[in-house]
Amino acid sequence: MFELQGFGDQILLGALMTLQLAAGAVAVGLVLGLLGASAKLSRSRLARAAAGLYTTVVRGVPELIIVLLIYFGTAGMLTALAGTFGHQGYVELSPYAAGVTALGITFGSYATEVFRGAMLAIPRGQIEAAQAFGMGRWLTFHRIVLPQVWRIALPGLGNLFLVLLKDTALVSLIGLEELMRKSSIAIGFTKEPFTFYLLAAIIYLGMTVVTMAGIHFAERWANRGLERSRT
Amino acid sequence: MNFQAILDSLPKLLSGTVLTLELVGVSLLIGLLLALPMALMRVSRRPLVRMLPYGYIFFFRGTPLLVQIFMIYYGASQFEWIRESALWPILREPYWCAIIAFALNTGAYTAEILRGAIQAVPRGEIEAARAIGMSLPLAYRRIILPQAVRIGLPAYGNEIILMIKGSALASTITLLDLTGMARTLIARNYLPVEMFLTAGLIYLAMTLVLTQLFGALERRLGRHLRPHTG
Repeated sequence: MFELQGFGDQILLGALMTLQLAAGAVAVGLVLGLLGASAKLSRSRLARAAAGLYTTVVRGVPELIIVLLIYFGTAGMLTALAGTFGHQGYVELSPYAAGVTALGITFGSYATEVFRGAMLAIPRGQIEAAQAFGMGRWLTFHRIVLPQVWRIALPGLGNLFLVLLKDTALVSLIGLEELMRKSSIAIGFTKEPFTFYLLAAIIYLGMTVVTMAGIHFAERWANRGLERSRT
Repeated sequence: MNFQAILDSLPKLLSGTVLTLELVGVSLLIGLLLALPMALMRVSRRPLVRMLPYGYIFFFRGTPLLVQIFMIYYGASQFEWIRESALWPILREPYWCAIIAFALNTGAYTAEILRGAIQAVPRGEIEAARAIGMSLPLAYRRIILPQAVRIGLPAYGNEIILMIKGSALASTITLLDLTGMARTLIARNYLPVEMFLTAGLIYLAMTLVLTQLFGALERRLGRHLRPHTG
């Protein structure tokens, strides 16, 4: 069905880069999400306001704008910063670093809400019990809250990952050679846009299906030993 | 931060905003028209009818919007028979390609929102409607769809916000929507931070207004469900 004219291995490399990009963004986003959720539930009014601003702004602005802003916007700042340290010339983030940062910030803003909900779902009595045992705040978070948060947050995080996987295509617009960019390069030679974009679409679909199966098994594993609530 | 440049760019950015709203509005309308019959098929009793729209929905929800736009805008030109067909004057225009891609995309998401909402209408009410002799189309019109609209409203509000944000991709096929206008201005004034921040704030304003609007609409449509006070 697909005559790839020798571009098959390039497309495959692009797909691998897409996965690397998604993995990097998830790592950044999970950290930001946990920090954001902790800030939203914190006693400090400043932390709550900062986290509120973060989620409202990032979720209300197109992902494309965030990607472009991080890539083109940080170059000026980084060049100025390097200049104060005596470096001459232009400094910018690599497309990969900019993509991981931008998609991580986006993922983190949505993950903040998912984690916040999960943290609120943990019975208050358990936290009181931990404190009655003499556990500090960090120990309570680390031993009691966090292990359960993963289980409760998993379905929400799974959905976010599916969205993130599709958003990785945006990073092709700042020149990262992931699946979309590699497809466009191949099209430049073969002049067969439909064939190669359809192939890319099918590869994204395949990734989506594999991810959905992965989420399913991860949820089963996380909920092992728990009776499923029936309705 | 160069505030003078921001002020100077505002008229152009606002004209881009108009195009963004136009693209989103037209696409949402077509998407809704596509979604309704598909949602009805998805709740059919016949497995074959249920499966039919699923392939389409699965494809458009499982692939990036960028791929969908490129497949339509660049992909269509690959085929001789499309270039010679009556559709070519439409498919060669980036404006219509963006609308086709957005409408097909939002149609797929909306169909699933509507399906979920229809299935959430209490079974007893449908049975009651049938028991007093309403035909299925009448029951749909008077009982099922009005309630499905209320149930699906919050999810549809989110879908509109996603569509507004997704419409930024129109800039990738040369359209001068809000994002496209910002990128054009940057090519001239080299002020990416100022331009993207301003454009981002305009998007933020649109999404915030929409959130408020849908909150008010939700309260109004659900007012008969609240307990009486005072």
